[in-house]
Amino acid sequence: MKNFGFTISTGRSINLDEIREENISKLLEMVPSYKWCIGCGGCTATCSAGAFTNFNIRKIHNSFVRGQYQGLDKELQQCMLCGKCLLVCPRGVNTRSLIVNMRRILAGVEANTFKGKEVIQ
Amino acid sequence: MKSISIIGAGPAGIEAASILAQQGIAVTLFEKSSSAMKNVADKTFLFPDFAAASDIVEAMNKKLLNSNITLHCDTEIVALEREGKTSWKLTDAKGMSYYSDLVLIATGYTPFDAHRKEELGYGIYNGVVTSLDMEKMIRYDKIVNSLGEKPRRVVFLQCVGSRDEKSGNHYCSKICCVTAVKQAIELKRCLPDTEAYVFYMDLRMWGQHFEELYRQAQQEYGIRFVRGRISEASGTFDGRVQIKAEDTLMGLPLRMTTDLLVLMVGMEASEGTRCLGKACGIGGEYGFVQSKDPHLNDTATDQEGIFVCGTCKRPMSINDSINDARSAAVTILQAIQ
Ligand SMILES: Cc1cc2nc3c(=O)[nH]c(=O)nc-3n(C[C@H](O)[C@H](O)[C@H](O)COP(=O)(O)OP(=O)(O)OC[C@H]3O[C@@H](n4cnc5c(N)ncnc54)[C@H](O)[C@@H]3O)c2cc1C
Ligand code: SF4
Ligand code: SF4
Ligand code: SF4
Repeated sequence: MKNFGFTISTGRSINLDEIREENISKLLEMVPSYKWCIGCGGCTATCSAGAFTNFNIRKIHNSFVRGQYQGLDKELQQCMLCGKCLLVCPRGVNTRSLIVNMRRILAGVEANTFKGKEVIQ
Repeated sequence: MKSISIIGAGPAGIEAASILAQQGIAVTLFEKSSSAMKNVADKTFLFPDFAAASDIVEAMNKKLLNSNITLHCDTEIVALEREGKTSWKLTDAKGMSYYSDLVLIATGYTPFDAHRKEELGYGIYNGVVTSLDMEKMIRYDKIVNSLGEKPRRVVFLQCVGSRDEKSGNHYCSKICCVTAVKQAIELKRCLPDTEAYVFYMDLRMWGQHFEELYRQAQQEYGIRFVRGRISEASGTFDGRVQIKAEDTLMGLPLRMTTDLLVLMVGMEASEGTRCLGKACGIGGEYGFVQSKDPHLNDTATDQEGIFVCGTCKRPMSINDSINDARSAAVTILQAIQ
């Protein structure tokens, strides 16, 4: 399995008191269908990018909503926006729009243009 | 005396007919198949206690032996309309009409057609079967792979056609989680050396003894549970089935080959349920029929003279369907007093 050198590094524990809620609310506002996600992993199982690398889309969006942003932006670059995940999701989550909007928000976080307390280390 | 018709001779329709008949009330029961209890007779052993389905069928058929019950088999009711102010007209597929003051709809469910989930390969790869096919294999004690040999590994997949946007069914079918656990145990009893895996999104062990059955599956039978939805299945050159999922607890994609992939199909409203619900104006979500009130009046409907019970309302187990039918019988007794 080839690894392009990016990995998501989540913290050793999740402290929900410290995560920046606005990022999550913003994402859910942009992609309301994500509220239906039940974390079944269907998207990861079918993902074209995940077939060749350790890219894991389910882990990425789960990390996002748990405030674990580190490395996500680079990781997301591996997605080809092919939309296969969209076809299998049992909950009808618009995963492609989810990816595009996570990228947008993360770009804001990186550039420090996003309002609110900075939490990325 | 008011006349009463019951449509559907499954556990619900028969139970209601029998309770009313015991009270000295004459009922006419219509069944589209050539015999009653078809949707139980296609199972072998039932959850939660492995009771023989044939015993339950026999016991229910015995309840029909009451002179107050007139059973018309091979009679599919296809239309239901008001006749005058207080009566209903039922028409069967052959064009015969019947008139009745009160009608109890007990037209039940139909199993989800697994062909609709093309990505899972049912009807394409011989190693992909449904839970109903599995019931048959258990009945004849002949659990075999696509080559007719003893399988080394069997994978059960939950939520096929239920909880699925793509199938148009958001609801949970309730019976398939425990059925997978039950069938995996039956598999291990038949073939102790065969590996059994259950792939689930959530395990819903809501009924009495269900959770215990799950524990037993883990403890006594070594059945393995993987949390992840299988997104695709494909055939291999040697007649096996390759599946793709994510092991979501590990956070890693998972691939494996299996001799049999068993699709745990859900319950949908039967055609009779869809058609009659619509015809008399009580059609509800997903083609099921809708009662007046889910808490306080779950067997009457918004249409005077129309009552509903069993799985024509929503997925239920046999005991819940029977209890619901008893409740409908009481509601009908009150209505005719
Ligand atoms: C794979 C699977 C396994 C299951 N295993 C179990 C188990 O182990 N234990 C358990 O408790 N439950 C089990 N169930 C559920 C069980 O089958 C139902 O709870 C039960 O059959 C519901 O009874 P019912 O009378 O509501 O409906 P049904 O059994 O569906 O009966 C409805 C009847 O109405 C008839 N009908 C339909 N339309 C018309 C019409 N237009 N005119 C005349 N007649 C009509 C049908 O032919 C049928 O005979 C299982 C279900 C599935 C899918
Ligand atoms: S397939 Fe859909 S529901 Fe399942 S984890 Fe992915 S986005 Fe969530
Ligand atoms: S759109 Fe991206 S995440 Fe979805 S299957 Fe394609 S590569 Fe994978
Ligand atoms: S009972 Fe289990 S398998 Fe069936 S739809 Fe509900 S969660 Fe899925």
